[in-house]
Amino acid sequence: MGRFILRRLAFFAITLLTTSVLIFTLIRAAGGNVAAILLGKNSSAEEIHKLSTELGLERPLPVQYFEWMGNFLHGNLGQAFRSKQLASHLIWSQAPVSVPLSLGGLILAIIIAIPLGTFAAKNFNRPSGAFVAVLSQIGIAVPVFWAGLLLSLVFGVHLHLLPTGGWVPWSENFVGALRSLALPVFTLGIVMASTLTRYTRTAILDVMNEDFVRTARASGMSRRVALIKVGLRNASLPLVTVLGLLAAEMVGGTVIIEKVYSLPGISRMILDNVTAREVVVVQSTVMVIVVYVMTINLIIDLAYGLLDPRIRVGK
Amino acid sequence: MDNFALKVEDLVVYLDDLIAVRGVSFVINKGERWGLVGESGAGKSLTALAIMGLLQDGWKTSGAVLHDGMNLLQASDKTLSARRGRTMSMVFQDPTTALNPVAKVGKQITWILRHHMHVTQKDAYEQSLVLLNKMNLPRPESIMDSYPHQLSGGQRQRIMIAMALACYPELIIADEPTTALDVTVQKQVLRLLDAAVTERNCGLLLITHDLPVIAAMCENVAVMYGGRIVETGKISDVFTNPRHPYTKGLLASQPTLDNIDLDGGTRLPSIRGSVPPLYAMPDGCAFAERCDFATQKCKELPELDNQIQQVACWNPVAEARKGA
Repeated sequence: MGRFILRRLAFFAITLLTTSVLIFTLIRAAGGNVAAILLGKNSSAEEIHKLSTELGLERPLPVQYFEWMGNFLHGNLGQAFRSKQLASHLIWSQAPVSVPLSLGGLILAIIIAIPLGTFAAKNFNRPSGAFVAVLSQIGIAVPVFWAGLLLSLVFGVHLHLLPTGGWVPWSENFVGALRSLALPVFTLGIVMASTLTRYTRTAILDVMNEDFVRTARASGMSRRVALIKVGLRNASLPLVTVLGLLAAEMVGGTVIIEKVYSLPGISRMILDNVTAREVVVVQSTVMVIVVYVMTINLIIDLAYGLLDPRIRVGK
Repeated sequence: MDNFALKVEDLVVYLDDLIAVRGVSFVINKGERWGLVGESGAGKSLTALAIMGLLQDGWKTSGAVLHDGMNLLQASDKTLSARRGRTMSMVFQDPTTALNPVAKVGKQITWILRHHMHVTQKDAYEQSLVLLNKMNLPRPESIMDSYPHQLSGGQRQRIMIAMALACYPELIIADEPTTALDVTVQKQVLRLLDAAVTERNCGLLLITHDLPVIAAMCENVAVMYGGRIVETGKISDVFTNPRHPYTKGLLASQPTLDNIDLDGGTRLPSIRGSVPPLYAMPDGCAFAERCDFATQKCKELPELDNQIQQVACWNPVAEARKGA
């Protein structure tokens, strides 16, 4: 297990290095001169030259890259050109919105999907199981923004149970913050739960047809016990992969959710900064997201090693 | 107390309108080794799974499977679960996929003992070691602590047999237990099954398409074709004087040193044609299409006759020869 973890960590470091080079060069390759991007179309050559010297953009690219990376690793993510706000501060101040939103959505999805998918698998040849399968298919087909609008219409506009959007900071009103997160979390949760239910159903159906489940039943496990003791554990292997993909995919999903419910989250902050051509902030925030996705991948790899002895020992 | 380990009466196994097993009857007494042979698709494995109550969803049965004082076909999954692994157990063909890949061998064996015999974990562990020892598995402690993928096919199959024998069942069903193994390991595995029957006086249903295996192991044999038993009797009778043309063909198709041509010729005889698919099973004798002795009469279904060596054929071999 020790060597397995070391190998994964090395892989993690190499991937981070590669993606950071990619982000750095891609932004420069696409935009040409960073100073020109920052200043906008109506800037003079003189202004551009002045800013370039100020930001050290005249130096060779590798030097600039290592400076950026060095600062990044020390927690200095640079600052916005216009507002002069620190990128780290921008990210940090949105975290109380984005983190509970994504985590809440993911946990809700798991709570809904695992039992529902198991139910659908157990009753795959009955109407109730088919109903769940169809329901999850509909959930997959429905776009996130539409589900968001619909839910906000029902619970916000008609029933007046929850706010239709907007954000009340935690420090101001804890319950208010919870209430403004409820619908976004619910929307994100059911959309992800649809995909996860579908995968859970398939994973369990596949596993229950495996020879070793038949052996378990031939040894005296009832259908139910075999499902719980042998089936779920083995079905969890493909599901962990799907969960990882969902967690990474969620970065995109939250952009829409934050937009629909007017939440000041990280995704919306990036979007605003892209529009404002804040190269430094975008570059560093995207790198933070890469670190997040890579960390999730690392956790999944390690979870895999824990769940499946074949991976632990094998290559 | 019944003196048979298993009595199957007119067993039919079907999926919607596909009938895979068409009325099979046989009795396996305690201490008896009973062989079931036939090509793939003859219905051997489905017969075994129907007995164990482990058919896949959708498959239905009729007839009776009597074991441990009850008709298993009418028992609930709960009642069957209490029998499986306890009074009847099964060894499967492919040991590489038959064990739970994410649980240690020890956990899988001790579970059976704890579940059925209600012993403590410590006792279950001790008994498992004894079992593995009996299976000629060296260093049983380290095997108990291994995951299936760390062991060889032969080791895994011996573990499967250890699990099948753990609770002293009255009936062991072994479905192609040696097919996936090396020839050298095959013999060891068969010897273990053979010893278990002698020692514990249980019934053995050995399913295989490997005739020499049956000949070496069993007292009685049934030959299945197209979902029916076409010939059954003592091994010595059936294998030396086959009465059904199919049995005769099957025996002739076995490679021996005499009929193998190492220069690449085709001296190894085979039965022409192939088993008819389930949806095109004829009303009469299922083998008629491939049979050299088939007559008009074979369009009707032959039943097993009343002789000691029973055959279901209108033109059994001995008589057919006379006519030819």
